[in-house]
Amino acid sequence: MQKTLFEKIWEKHVIVTKDDKDLLYIDLHLIHEVTSPQAFEGLRLKNRKLRRPDRTFATMDHNTPTIAAHRAEIKDQLSAEQLNSLAANCAEFGVTLFDMESEYNGIVHMIGPELGLSLPGKTIVCGDSHTATHGALGALAFGIGTSEVEDVFATQCMWQTKPKTMGVKITGKPADNVFAKDIILKLIAENGVSFGTGYAIEYYGDTIENMPVEERLSLCNMSIEGGAKFGIIKPDQKTLDYIVGRLYTPEGEEFGKFTESISDLYTDDESLFDKIITLDVTSLKPQVSYGTNPAMTVDIDQAFPEINSSEDQTAYKYMGLHPGMKAADIPVEFVFIGSCTNGRITDLRIAAKVMQGKTIADNITCVVVPGSMQVLKQAEQEGLVDIFERAGCEMRMPGCSYCLAMNEDRIAPETHCASTSNRNFEGRQGERSRTHLMSPYLAAKTAIEGRISLG
Amino acid sequence: MDKLDIVKSKATVIFKDNIDTDILIPKNYLKSTKRTGFADALFAPWRYDETGQPIENFPLNQASNQGNQILIAGENFGCGSSREHAAWALQDFGFKVVIAGSYSPIFYMNYLNNLKLPLVLGRAEREALIELDSEITVNLIDKTVAAGNLCFSFEIENVYREKLLKGQDGIEEILQYIDLIEEHENKYEKQ
Repeated sequence: MQKTLFEKIWEKHVIVTKDDKDLLYIDLHLIHEVTSPQAFEGLRLKNRKLRRPDRTFATMDHNTPTIAAHRAEIKDQLSAEQLNSLAANCAEFGVTLFDMESEYNGIVHMIGPELGLSLPGKTIVCGDSHTATHGALGALAFGIGTSEVEDVFATQCMWQTKPKTMGVKITGKPADNVFAKDIILKLIAENGVSFGTGYAIEYYGDTIENMPVEERLSLCNMSIEGGAKFGIIKPDQKTLDYIVGRLYTPEGEEFGKFTESISDLYTDDESLFDKIITLDVTSLKPQVSYGTNPAMTVDIDQAFPEINSSEDQTAYKYMGLHPGMKAADIPVEFVFIGSCTNGRITDLRIAAKVMQGKTIADNITCVVVPGSMQVLKQAEQEGLVDIFERAGCEMRMPGCSYCLAMNEDRIAPETHCASTSNRNFEGRQGERSRTHLMSPYLAAKTAIEGRISLG
Repeated sequence: MDKLDIVKSKATVIFKDNIDTDILIPKNYLKSTKRTGFADALFAPWRYDETGQPIENFPLNQASNQGNQILIAGENFGCGSSREHAAWALQDFGFKVVIAGSYSPIFYMNYLNNLKLPLVLGRAEREALIELDSEITVNLIDKTVAAGNLCFSFEIENVYREKLLKGQDGIEEILQYIDLIEEHENKYEKQ
């Protein structure tokens, strides 16, 4: 029987079906300090073991300071307690932890792919909504809540209702200044913030085939901003080239066997999708969000739309903007380059190329936060850190940082931030902060130009 | 946890679309390592002014709404982050039922997993309930929402309905299949 890529992986992991629910086996469970403590506590209260510590990996990312000197002694007592509690829980239950001292520390969605933990054909969960990121490698990856984290701790399984499948077909060669971030923002702007609700999205088409793996990770990362818990891309030669030789990737003969085992991972026919939407990116322009959800996004040179709902009205008021303005009119003061969406080495290369030999504008503070220690190390080796620092940017240690502002990194009230992160919700980057989502390329241009502009 | 079958209460109305989890509970409340104590955090950005004082006319602060166990909202409720703290905050505040047009999939499961009901009703039905503004009876046994002369039926997958009606512990339910889980592990890990 013909099947989609998603169904092939799903069915291999079904332990049992009860009514409409499938009990799914989870190959890899990634955890961090914010959504795991209550689940560990749940195990203790019921005197349960963590079933497969060898399939569970932990990192510290949401609360970790990005200023090096602040990492040794965290001032915020609650943050410190949450991080200490993760370390204690991992020690008690035998889970491998990449703490702040580790050379493999980083944002949970960076380290999975980077360390060869996230592999094609696997089921991967994490108590974080951006877990679809790992789907870019051909894995079935999704975000879960803390009750489900506890289910997976105790049983390595969880109940799931199989979603419908949606094919998102991307075609055409994008312009040099257009990236995966622009593509996903455009998809959400055109189809709304809940177009993917109830669906697992598979991205395909010639644009995807030609897209580097790091860009695919950025694309799948924001599936949840379109309402979809899952985003997936067929594993291909690019995927294999990406995963080979990483810390936990099978080696030698084992790698050959692994490659063999995933050779059937593709959708047999696009007619199998429950729904298909398409986007031609040939003439796509860089995208910028102006409002308080990711669908409130326009082309860089497009005027902000009229007010059509009370939600629009609230958004314009919150952002201090009005219809008819354009991105270049936004009084930007801050630029953030980083996050699980755009904190990869390729993102930093793109930004550094823009900033090479230039300095950022006087009205701008620009902070670059690598997604992981490995990215930071690579950026140092390639001279990118030098380029950023000479341009006047502040280079930080890895973490979620200004994307959700849970640590000390916060955008001041009413300050407009050009941000490579994934959410522009009210207060997301700090109380009353104003976020403008965009690609690392445009964020770097903005830092140099002093306004949102391609120069 | 308590099972849920019939909830009788007036409703608090925040009839907006895309209420995200950063609004339901902002990140500064996520540093707790406990499952309870989030009642004061619910809707904090809309509920308190810049000095931290309650905004009088915000629905959660209105005297007439105190003790309500039902919240009526718009479409795509609970979108954004996976934080189960959003479900815990609703629960701690006393909301046993949310009636919305649609939900983010992660929030939907989080609320259910705390044995609370994310109920889906169309816009016209929700508007009728809001206009009537009287006590609502949500009956999960026969899957109806009734108030005054109004009575609407709603859909929910049977497994989730049963979970709420029985107050099931999810892990116990999975552990019934431990032999099959081991069989799966043996099969794939030998390969």
